[in-house]
Amino acid sequence: MADYKLMKGNEAIAEAAIRCGCDAYFGYPITPQSEVLETLMARKPWDETGMIVLQAESEVAAINMVYGGAGCGKKVMTSSSSPGISLKQEGISYIAGAELPCLIVNVVRGGPGLGTIQPAQSDYFQSVKGGGHGDYRLIVLAPASVQEMYDFVNLGFELAFKYRNPALILSDGVIGQMMEKVQLGSYKPRLTNEEIVARYGSWATTGKTHDRPRNIITSLDLDPYRQEQFNLKLQKKYREIEEKEVRFEKIACDDAEYLLVAYGSASRICQKAVDLAREKGIKVGLLRPITLFPYPTKAIREMLGQVKGILAVEMSAGQMVEDVRLAVDGKVKVEHFGRMGGVIATPNEVVAALEEKIIKG
Amino acid sequence: MTEEIIIAGFGGQGVLSMGKILAYSGIMQDQEVAWMPSYGPEMRGGTANVTVILSDMRISSPILQEFDTAIILNQQSMDKFEKMLKPGGVLIYDPNGITRPPQRTDISIYQVEAVEEATRLKNAKTFNMIVLGAFLKVKPIVKLENVTKGLEKSLPQRHHHLIPMNKDALTRGMELVKQIR
Repeated sequence: MADYKLMKGNEAIAEAAIRCGCDAYFGYPITPQSEVLETLMARKPWDETGMIVLQAESEVAAINMVYGGAGCGKKVMTSSSSPGISLKQEGISYIAGAELPCLIVNVVRGGPGLGTIQPAQSDYFQSVKGGGHGDYRLIVLAPASVQEMYDFVNLGFELAFKYRNPALILSDGVIGQMMEKVQLGSYKPRLTNEEIVARYGSWATTGKTHDRPRNIITSLDLDPYRQEQFNLKLQKKYREIEEKEVRFEKIACDDAEYLLVAYGSASRICQKAVDLAREKGIKVGLLRPITLFPYPTKAIREMLGQVKGILAVEMSAGQMVEDVRLAVDGKVKVEHFGRMGGVIATPNEVVAALEEKIIKG
Repeated sequence: MTEEIIIAGFGGQGVLSMGKILAYSGIMQDQEVAWMPSYGPEMRGGTANVTVILSDMRISSPILQEFDTAIILNQQSMDKFEKMLKPGGVLIYDPNGITRPPQRTDISIYQVEAVEEATRLKNAKTFNMIVLGAFLKVKPIVKLENVTKGLEKSLPQRHHHLIPMNKDALTRGMELVKQIR
């Protein structure tokens, strides 16, 4: 039997960071993600791998430390929950504008404002449509289990470095606070400056050598024509990500006449709802987006010949449902069901909403 | 087999750690497990509860509205969770501090006087293991040897000398539990 550990989602993030060769974590505590920083401090990875863990004076400081570390080609990350992630938006936009890789984790709580400390999924727009200014995108991963919290740290870093773009893990209080069994990976060594250059190219400020021009990390270019060219380059990169990096999971979709679309913790609730609905004779399946940007638009479109209606289930007023509607383009009925403010929908409520809004309606 | 359990009481009674030991015991026998706590202000001296699911299959929702078993350790939790048991479900409670005992007739009800026994043993910290013992007598879903392994996994090495005491408490709970109806 494989060796499993029982861990909270937040603890899995911390453990994965240490094991995947992360160079530095900069953060600031906030419920419901404080265990990320707590676990890192308790594990003392600076003794083990040399990884730096620092509690910054604020979220704004933390994200700018990430900006600096990322500019040096280091594997750096931060984590927070909704209000803290809002504070980081300026830095995230700068990092995207400077084309730097980093990992950001948002363990979402109900909003707006300070809101509540209970779970929600109301930061979808902020994560997927660009929470900061400018035409940029994050690579957004949505874990639905503690194992995926663990696995997506490494995946997030890989994608971030592959595309020189910030990646974000969009989790919530359910997945962050829940304990499940996790299979841990082996330790990957942290990279040296030479290895960074060999693996990712020479864009990072690793110290100027005589055989190349000076590397400058900036998101500022005052010439509008050059800035437009840069934007076109970014857009080309995002189209490539949309082409190559879409991830999703289909559950009970083969014979489905109706479809639920849900990500993260809502997808877990929907899995149970699928079982309950099928006991009642309703043929329903679940499509779970794993990447939220890039969104599994084609996968939803491919279900259109088969299903009579789609219910998007989110712990929000209806944010991801807009992307479902864009994919469906009016061809079948799409409705939204969700609870807000930290209230979690129950599987029975999902089945009732499916019957009321899609099957009868 | 899927067993959906709610454990509910006061913060500090060991509710969350009891759930954790149960979850670890499930892992030791190769099951899927989920442990979903109440968190936030509830942790700080108020009521605390945790949902524990053990299953042979992939676990879907960690958020439940009905349970196979409710382990209830204070009146607030009785008021909240008695009605959330499935018909035919099992309710185990400590009568200490319970002023309104359970009313339902479509469930099995058991008592374990764990507070009294822990007081008699002069060791309040064994309370949650007495309760866990009572549960495992009623529903032997995990083998005792796997609970021991679970304890070894969930307790840091420096506390491993406490494992025999915890095993004794488990046994006491198994002896003490009695069916009411």
